[in-house]
Amino acid sequence: MRRFARLYAAIDETTRTNEKVDAMVEYFRSADPADAAWVVWFLSGGRPKRLIPVRRLAAWAMEEASVPEWLFSECYDAVGDLAEAMSLLLPDGESTIDLPLHRWITERLLPLATRSEEDQRASVVQSWRDLGGTERFIWNKLITGGFRVGVSQQLVVRALAKATGVDEGVIAHRLSGSWVPRAEAFTSLSASETSDADVSRPYPFFLAYPLEEDVESLGSATEWQAEWKWDGIRAQVIRREGRTFIWSRGDELVTERFPEIAAAADFLPDGTVLDGEIMPWKDGKPLAFAQLQRRIGRKSLGGSILSEVPVVLVAYDLLELAGRDVRSEPLARRRAMLHDVIAASRSAAFIPSPIVPLASWEDAHTAYANARERCAEGLMLKRMESAYGVGRRKGGWWKWKVQPFTVDAVMIYAQAGHGRRASLNTDYTFAVWDDGVLVPFAKAYSGLTDEEIHELDRWIRANTVEKFGPVRHVKPVHVFELGFEGIQASTRHKSGVAVRFPRILRWRTDKRPEDADTIATLRALL
Amino acid sequence: MTLLRLAERGLYCEVGDFYVDPWQPVERAVITHGHGDHARWGSERYLSSGEGAGVLRTRLGTSATIRAVDYGEGIDVNGVRVSLHPAGHILGSAQVRVEHRGEVWVASGDYKTQPDPTCTPFELVRCHTFITESTFGLPIYRWSPDHEVFEAIRAWWRTNRQHGRASLLFGYALGKAQRLLAGLADADIGPVYTHGAVERLNRDYRRGGVRLVDTRYASEMPRGHDFAGSLIVAPPSAAGSLWVRRFGAISTGFASGWMRVRGARRRRAVDRGFVLSDHVDWPSLLATVEATGAERVWVTHGTREPLVRWLTERGVDARAVASQWKGEEDSDPVEVPGEEITA
Repeated sequence: MRRFARLYAAIDETTRTNEKVDAMVEYFRSADPADAAWVVWFLSGGRPKRLIPVRRLAAWAMEEASVPEWLFSECYDAVGDLAEAMSLLLPDGESTIDLPLHRWITERLLPLATRSEEDQRASVVQSWRDLGGTERFIWNKLITGGFRVGVSQQLVVRALAKATGVDEGVIAHRLSGSWVPRAEAFTSLSASETSDADVSRPYPFFLAYPLEEDVESLGSATEWQAEWKWDGIRAQVIRREGRTFIWSRGDELVTERFPEIAAAADFLPDGTVLDGEIMPWKDGKPLAFAQLQRRIGRKSLGGSILSEVPVVLVAYDLLELAGRDVRSEPLARRRAMLHDVIAASRSAAFIPSPIVPLASWEDAHTAYANARERCAEGLMLKRMESAYGVGRRKGGWWKWKVQPFTVDAVMIYAQAGHGRRASLNTDYTFAVWDDGVLVPFAKAYSGLTDEEIHELDRWIRANTVEKFGPVRHVKPVHVFELGFEGIQASTRHKSGVAVRFPRILRWRTDKRPEDADTIATLRALL
Repeated sequence: MTLLRLAERGLYCEVGDFYVDPWQPVERAVITHGHGDHARWGSERYLSSGEGAGVLRTRLGTSATIRAVDYGEGIDVNGVRVSLHPAGHILGSAQVRVEHRGEVWVASGDYKTQPDPTCTPFELVRCHTFITESTFGLPIYRWSPDHEVFEAIRAWWRTNRQHGRASLLFGYALGKAQRLLAGLADADIGPVYTHGAVERLNRDYRRGGVRLVDTRYASEMPRGHDFAGSLIVAPPSAAGSLWVRRFGAISTGFASGWMRVRGARRRRAVDRGFVLSDHVDWPSLLATVEATGAERVWVTHGTREPLVRWLTERGVDARAVASQWKGEEDSDPVEVPGEEITA
């Protein structure tokens, strides 16, 4: 556990990518594989289920620290993180025992699930007494199910590749899918034999970079393939050894949630992997993403929702054919094979992603201008010769997103953020005018510079009209330009609209609150 | 009897007609210590501890009229007996004891009870009314012993040196910087440089007999000087400035009580946070308040409400008083308008 805490601190203490990787490499080279397997799991975003309700944990911590509830919540507000607040409040631990990480997990953490409340309490309090400093913080993060480390999957892959001497692509492949945190799994990561792909295992998704330059900078238009950029769920459909697996980009197995696609996959030949976007699709046209959300949220899919919001896979790439990894073939070739595979399946649930004809960049500009009408978020530009890469790499694939909708709105509420932003007011609520009254319609957290955040925070503290718990009602003075990706009518929001991905584009210090937009402007976008 | 009250220009003693750390110019100002939010420019006459007079002079300039008294030496101001007692915050910091007709009030200014080689240790003064700061007035704030913090700083410095990097350590120019330089007096890891704001005050500390590690003023070094392996002590305001560029590859650290909370360190975007404060932590705050024997407690700045409630629930007549003192700021100790008033 101490080594894990040191690794955590080393990663947490630096913003330099190389140092994070070095720390991981050092750990993976020398750690017990049983521990390292868990570390890989945690660093890849694995979390134990929340084992104990946080209320209960907080109550034990209060008693252990002899702090009344009101003071505990003051501390929580100041820290912005429950696991950290508890570890700072508890009396200093003794840190006398140094169990290896995997034993902490398998002997102390996981068994909590089946214990009585009294036993849980005794065990947790004992761990608090056994652990000090960072270890206790990590432990609290683990039992509250909120453990996170500031490294991307790509960095973990890079570190494992360095530590094991195995190619990054192979490591990424071995890590994708469900990782079982056992010593054997970690040991086989470094196996030199690479045909070990588990039947369910997806390939790492290749991701596009946002296009920031003019499209003309990409060279000749004829070297590029353009497709619509869909707003659905990125997924791989895998058909191997007579079985079907659908993986979302979050490495989540979602086969059961999309029975239409799973059924269609029965008609794919063994050893086929498609990459595409799961889209709500009806009468030959996409539906709004919000419709898809109605399905995602459900535990069981009744017949009515399946007929109201049917889905298809808008397929844009082929990664495996007849059991052969074809990712290194040029896109044009993969695309041709994709068409053949889909045609042979004769299924309406697979649609080859339509190609936007591109004789010159002018065509791209025209298509881009019409993207919103096509229910697309913009264009994808892929080099015809490009291979299917690993992770986000510059050069081969670009996403050219349409500009967001924008509206000028007035900030009316503010609230302190969490984690890095605890005790700074960084969560804002914005309103537009409705017949002389400001109606809240969106919350946004991002888009300001650190300097602006500090300046706004000072202003908020000095201009709070009223406080409701952590929420500050501020004077309606500041106008911000907000951007958002989509808008839907909503009965759950006071304003009658719900916007998707709202964010702050600019602080409009040049505008007065009366210059802000009205609800009519928003409704016109519906 | 009310010996001190909050007036427009600051904490005011009506009977003696003087102010304690006024935020606007007044005739007579008793100064607890030299930080910008406590020692403001423009008053006609200042009273300071002897230990703190040098620093105060540096802060206020040669034209200021400063009278220095020894710790514990009582003087009469219009029939009120005023004496200054060590507050342990920075060099020369004082608590102001005010006595009139058997009634004793103590204004703490900023204070800490932990030992600190750069100033006279805090002295407990019994009183009827205790006016306390509460910069770190929450139980999450608990300090580790100095030697542990300095061991961590030395380890960080050594690692940086091995990697050929300079260690840029931020701490307030007055007080914290010197405490760091004193704590590293025998570190012997590499050369130590300072920012001009720090170096200026180092002189006052050395003149006051405080032993600091040998330092050089970083800006005096020739262009292209190699700072790898050295330690540079600078005020937080230097972070991200052009001045920092000259050091080449650096690792940054910040020494402050706020570094106890991870979010505060991340917001500062420093590589390392060292929990080192010149203010009392929660346990010492409670212990001090109790030991003064005060029946009445005013809480002037910091996280006031929780402390007031805690004390009230324990039968102490406590209340929050809105001062314009800021204590240790998460950001630089700049002068900012007072916070909203809460009774």
